[in-house]
Amino acid sequence: MLKLSHVKKTFNAGTVTEKRALTGVDLTLADGDFVTVIGGNGAGKSTLLNMIAGVYPLDSGTIELDGVDISRLSEPRRAKYLGRVFQDPMRGTAADMQIDENLALARRRGKRRGLAWGITKQEKDEYPELLARLGLGLEKRMTAKVGLLSGGQRQALTLLMATLTDPKLLLLDEHTAALDPKTAAKVLDLTEQIVAERGLTTLMVTHNMNDAIRLGNRLIMMCDGRVIYDVAGEEKKRLTVPDLLRKFEEVSGGELANDRMLLS
Amino acid sequence: MGGALLGAVSQGILWGIMVLGVFITYKLLDIADLTVDGSFALGGSVCAVLVVAGVDPLIAIVAAMLAGMVAGAVTGFLHTVLEIPAILAGILTQIALWSINLRIMGKSNTPLLQSDTIFSRMTEMTGLSANVASIVVGLIVAVAIIAALYWFFGTEIGSALRATGNNEDMIRALGVSTAKTKMIALMLANALVGLSGGLICQSQKYADIGMGTGAIVIGLAAIVIGEVLGRLTPGKLVGFKSRLVSAVAGSVVYFLIRAVVLQMGMNANDMKLLSAVIVALALCVPVVWEKYKLRAHYTKGGEADA
Repeated sequence: MLKLSHVKKTFNAGTVTEKRALTGVDLTLADGDFVTVIGGNGAGKSTLLNMIAGVYPLDSGTIELDGVDISRLSEPRRAKYLGRVFQDPMRGTAADMQIDENLALARRRGKRRGLAWGITKQEKDEYPELLARLGLGLEKRMTAKVGLLSGGQRQALTLLMATLTDPKLLLLDEHTAALDPKTAAKVLDLTEQIVAERGLTTLMVTHNMNDAIRLGNRLIMMCDGRVIYDVAGEEKKRLTVPDLLRKFEEVSGGELANDRMLLS
Repeated sequence: MGGALLGAVSQGILWGIMVLGVFITYKLLDIADLTVDGSFALGGSVCAVLVVAGVDPLIAIVAAMLAGMVAGAVTGFLHTVLEIPAILAGILTQIALWSINLRIMGKSNTPLLQSDTIFSRMTEMTGLSANVASIVVGLIVAVAIIAALYWFFGTEIGSALRATGNNEDMIRALGVSTAKTKMIALMLANALVGLSGGLICQSQKYADIGMGTGAIVIGLAAIVIGEVLGRLTPGKLVGFKSRLVSAVAGSVVYFLIRAVVLQMGMNANDMKLLSAVIVALALCVPVVWEKYKLRAHYTKGGEADA
């Protein structure tokens, strides 16, 4: 269970570029919740994920994961609990290292790294089977450098890496936004499959309102650094894009849709 | 000429240990670590003072290595804890080491005179000439270090270190403190540089405050030459082990080139200029080539498609 209480973050406080990114977020996720997050540019969606991951220190508030207060833990120390996929496909993998080496790095997420081999014989036998599930033919290219893969292939690999050892929470930050529509659909299908199969608690930021409605059991909308709308279950299933747009205008008094969201 | 070339090969191998250190920071971590000019001379100074004081030359070499490691830790502290940019952190340590090295030796150079060195022991034991003896010693050390590095970079920590140079965001998201991996890399790299400084000191039988000046450029030149050698070799030696061997081979070729141009009458003081030009050329060729290709590619109206 993830529990955020009064989480606040201001960047460049006291300067002309001051940005109040999170103005007080209270959010509780039950185990197995698959929550999609939408909101306009600068609403604080990515900041929310980054704060949970420990990329920046909190200004105030607490973040608890399965009863453990992780608010003050450094990013590498929180990694033990979190699987993360970034928007930029280049950010989730090491380009100059082989596919199997990348998987081996992910297998050791949050574990003490010592002088044992970075990748064991047993792992080399296991990985082709896992890669085959992606349906991209990567299992035949185990020793290829990841830099040779396409953006979609790298993103699928990152997804596999993030979920290789069951994370307590999976953080997906617009992980299909940089992909072409066909590849994006494929990566999204994989996401749905893996999350459902393993019952992973998931927070997925997306710009695509259709995806936000279609995927997951719960949807939250953010504006000006806080959660302005939270809907789950049957009510969420019945939502339509116009509903969401109307809801946003109602709560915030502004327009949610930017071109990118309407076109997607 | 033959003796000069043999001397160049032995120098190349001993400096090659330093090149391996530069390889770790420059190629794996993507940092140009300027500490090396200072830590090389530090290794030499520490080694010279200890040998003159009657310490076993082998222990003096180990001490040189440890001293280099400490220098690397200082740069690592400045860079990772105090967040000073890597280049500047290296320069600060390098400059500080100039004074420290003078303090260690008490003067600007320390001759070893008739003291025992690991090389003189080798000649006594085997009856080999000085040059051949130092080549043999150098090869033993180089092979041992390449084997150790190959092993280390295959371990969990070593893999995390390679990933740090590749993608910091990713490896932090996988639970690795990049401050720690950078620290380890800088300590390891400068330990090798210090070791190399100690070896050179014993082989030339003196340490000098200026012995490390330009070491980083020699290191970069050797790496670049080594990469070219690796690509030219049939079978394209680009695997990790081959890259380490190429770095040392590049160092040998560098010192051979140096010996040849010096024989041809070039002023020894111009050698640093030549090294800088070699490195600058090697670094700019890919960039210039890419720009040229982009320009040449342009066609007005897109006739190229026809």
